[in-house]
Amino acid sequence: MENNIALQFVNISKSFGSKIANKNVSLDLRKGEILAILGENGSGKTTLMNAAIGIYYPDEGQIFVNGEEASIHSPKDAYNYHIGMIHQHFKLVDVFTAKENVILGLSKEDYKKQEEATKAKQDLKLQKIREEEGREPTKEELKKYNKRIKDSKSYNLEEAKRKIIKICKKYGFEVDPDKKVYEMSVSEKQTLEIIKALYKGVDILILDEPTAVLTPQETKKLFNVLRNMASQGKSIIIITHKLNEVLEISDRVSVLRKGEYAGTVVTKDTNEKELTELMVGRKIELNIKRPAVKNPHDRLFIEGLTYTNREGVKALDDVSFVARGGEILGIAGIACNGQRELLEGIAGLVHLDSGDIVFHNPKKNRPVTFFHHNVKQIRELAEKGALYDDDTKETLNLKGVSTKKIKEMVQKEKIMFYEDEIIDLRNKKPIEIRNLGIKLSFVPEDRLGMGLVGNMNIIDNMMLRSFRKGHSIFLNRKKPKYLAEEIVDELEVVTPNLKTPVRNLSGGNIQKLLVGREISSSPKVLMVAYPVRGLDIKSSYTIYDLLNEQKERGTAVVFVGEDLDVLLALSDRILVLSGGKVAGIVDARKTTKEEIGLLMTKSIEKQEVSYNVSQEDEEE
Amino acid sequence: MFVAFIRNAIRFSTIFLFGSTGEIITEKSGHLNMGTPGIMCLGGIGAVLGERLYLLTIANDVDLINPFLCVLFPLIMTIIFGALGGLFFSFLTVTLRCNQNVVGLTLTTFGVGLNAFILARVPRGAGFTYASAYFYKLFPDTVVSSTGWFGEIFLGHGFLVYLAIILAIIATIVIKKTNVGLSLRSIGENPATADAAGLNVSKYRYLATMIGGAIAALGGLFYIMDYLGGSVEYTIDRYGWMAVALVIFSVWNPSFSIFGSLLFGALYIMPSFLDGLSFADKELIKLVPYAVTILVLVVTSLFNRKETQPPAALGLTYFREDR
Repeated sequence: MENNIALQFVNISKSFGSKIANKNVSLDLRKGEILAILGENGSGKTTLMNAAIGIYYPDEGQIFVNGEEASIHSPKDAYNYHIGMIHQHFKLVDVFTAKENVILGLSKEDYKKQEEATKAKQDLKLQKIREEEGREPTKEELKKYNKRIKDSKSYNLEEAKRKIIKICKKYGFEVDPDKKVYEMSVSEKQTLEIIKALYKGVDILILDEPTAVLTPQETKKLFNVLRNMASQGKSIIIITHKLNEVLEISDRVSVLRKGEYAGTVVTKDTNEKELTELMVGRKIELNIKRPAVKNPHDRLFIEGLTYTNREGVKALDDVSFVARGGEILGIAGIACNGQRELLEGIAGLVHLDSGDIVFHNPKKNRPVTFFHHNVKQIRELAEKGALYDDDTKETLNLKGVSTKKIKEMVQKEKIMFYEDEIIDLRNKKPIEIRNLGIKLSFVPEDRLGMGLVGNMNIIDNMMLRSFRKGHSIFLNRKKPKYLAEEIVDELEVVTPNLKTPVRNLSGGNIQKLLVGREISSSPKVLMVAYPVRGLDIKSSYTIYDLLNEQKERGTAVVFVGEDLDVLLALSDRILVLSGGKVAGIVDARKTTKEEIGLLMTKSIEKQEVSYNVSQEDEEE
Repeated sequence: MFVAFIRNAIRFSTIFLFGSTGEIITEKSGHLNMGTPGIMCLGGIGAVLGERLYLLTIANDVDLINPFLCVLFPLIMTIIFGALGGLFFSFLTVTLRCNQNVVGLTLTTFGVGLNAFILARVPRGAGFTYASAYFYKLFPDTVVSSTGWFGEIFLGHGFLVYLAIILAIIATIVIKKTNVGLSLRSIGENPATADAAGLNVSKYRYLATMIGGAIAALGGLFYIMDYLGGSVEYTIDRYGWMAVALVIFSVWNPSFSIFGSLLFGALYIMPSFLDGLSFADKELIKLVPYAVTILVLVVTSLFNRKETQPPAALGLTYFREDR
């Protein structure tokens, strides 16, 4: 039995600082099988595999290759043990041809090995001629023999091309060795990565989310190739979180949950429900407050948002929902299923293909305030006939009325709106949205990349949102300084002083600053993406409290999270995204973790199939 | 007249060719070395120090001068100085992870300053003519004059002119046709991929920058010992910038750089061969190479072919932990 195991992990533990990525994980891969490793985001799948190919070195535990303990410190070591990995982000040089990419990094020893292998093969050929045909090889054959050996012992693109074509034929790949990588489709690039691994003699192939970037047809093709490889004795690990694919391709499934090993099952004896349970585990009771929703009102209407990203993949596909004021709308989904694009689309950072984003401001019969409008804007509104005088109940005409008079009227709350304010935000730039007087705050996923400037100090970072308000050519740091002091005090940000570059603070403190700044403008819509990622428990709870506070103020909070337990405990409703589509919107108070887990992993094809089945059921 | 013009253009272009070949090798590894003008200055300093060293130590009498050693000393000193410039650049950008532009410009400022200092130490009128005499000619005068215009254009140069062309061709072959070249290009394009393929990114960057520096420094040697005939009255940095521009012009291919530098050289010396031009007009013609460079940039970015673009990782510092 022992001989049958190609790769074995024994009690692997790995932590990054205080964050534990893997804890006592043990699993094994048999020869010639396809093993799926299933788990939510952050469950430690990729970290574990990176240990096998030498990108990380585990803190504890051993890795056995073919029954012998292996010490793998670099990708090169891994290749010596015949282990190769296809990363999510391809390691290819764009301007090189396929063959150049394949032979990149071959050392002198590699060429020596290649020469020996070729020599053995060619010797065999000559021997065959001598024995079977009973004649001496001809001059041409000898010439060819010598040429092959000469080609194989050093850098030679012809030889590389020949070998690539051979590999393609053996496993059924379709790749042109002379094609440049930048001309290739994603699927071709992935195939090239696999060929690269096979060229270097890999027996154990690890694929990290290989289908994430592929179309269904390409996925089918990939699976055929993988099955082909497995049947020829290669062992394959495929990391994924798509249940239907796991069931389709794998022989066995190992499940990781929050860095720990949750169990292994044989694929044909299991079903989606069992896998989901293994993956998400039982519900954990969290002590997060969830105040009742008080007078909710529709705030943001999202209708049919569609966005195609640069790779030509539909990142958002017909997404529709309503965000209500005074409510937290949780957004669940496996990472990169459209969450980022959705928030950025609403914030005006990406250009959407189609769809509507309508901001709804309940203004009917309410007075105009200087909080949202200045005199110029009030004049414009009056010109459109949107305002009336509270005393006369007649449409207001501000032509020829002095600014002083208008100010006086506003202060006495005499100027009223006829209708609710409805503003189309689609494809408006952030600055345009702000100029419309809409308080839309966005706490992006990438704090230092999009939210704050790492090299600037706390005060200057506070100014990023407000520097346009200044009236003189010099910066006025007074107000931002007060704001910074306030945030540091109230949110207990640990910092030496306000002049510290934000970069030097810890993740939790950076996040507190960012959230603090965004809510300081008392937003009507607050969108937060993974606000507690990398934060300790105490900071996380501070953030949850802040979100609840905003909710009670009547803000429409959109919360993208990755921890289902938190989403369930904090949100009022949960929208589940899967493959850029809305898989469902559920009431967080009534739903279960399993239900959300199933919605999350439900791929589009699956959805259609189950729909057809239920229709048939009804007919019967 | 015309023959003399061509002959001088070839001579002058050698300065650019050394500089751009060195810079291309450096840039192929992803290092944008803005210190090339400075390194060329260092090369010039190495040349004069090498000559003085030889004259002060071994050949302390004029009769003892051996032509071979008299050339070898400046040559080796130049290569050492150039490589040291490259080492300094690599140490700051690879090991200490400094910004490449800042380090490069610092290196240029330093090189020019040191050159000016050496220049000030040399008494007016005194030169480095002993070594220069041997750098100036490769073939004997009789051979050159007996072959007419052919001899004057192609044979009447010092050995450095031929060395520059040979180096450019060798560099092209190494970059395009060998395993080392493939590795070097991959590091300039995508260091993370190269690292994953088991290549030592730091080692390649150090070596490429040092070799590139040494070759560029030869430009300084040529300028002082051959072109100026042993005088140190001018610094070479302004031609160094032209060499950097030439890298773009020749779309990172040292072979194209041979013709590119010839064109630049011809345009640059043309005013001296045209009569009846005002000073302003002459300066205008000298400006043409820069305009051509801008034009090339515009054209290459218009067509946007990946092959004519700079190495993708040019100017970026690589940390493994970033991946």
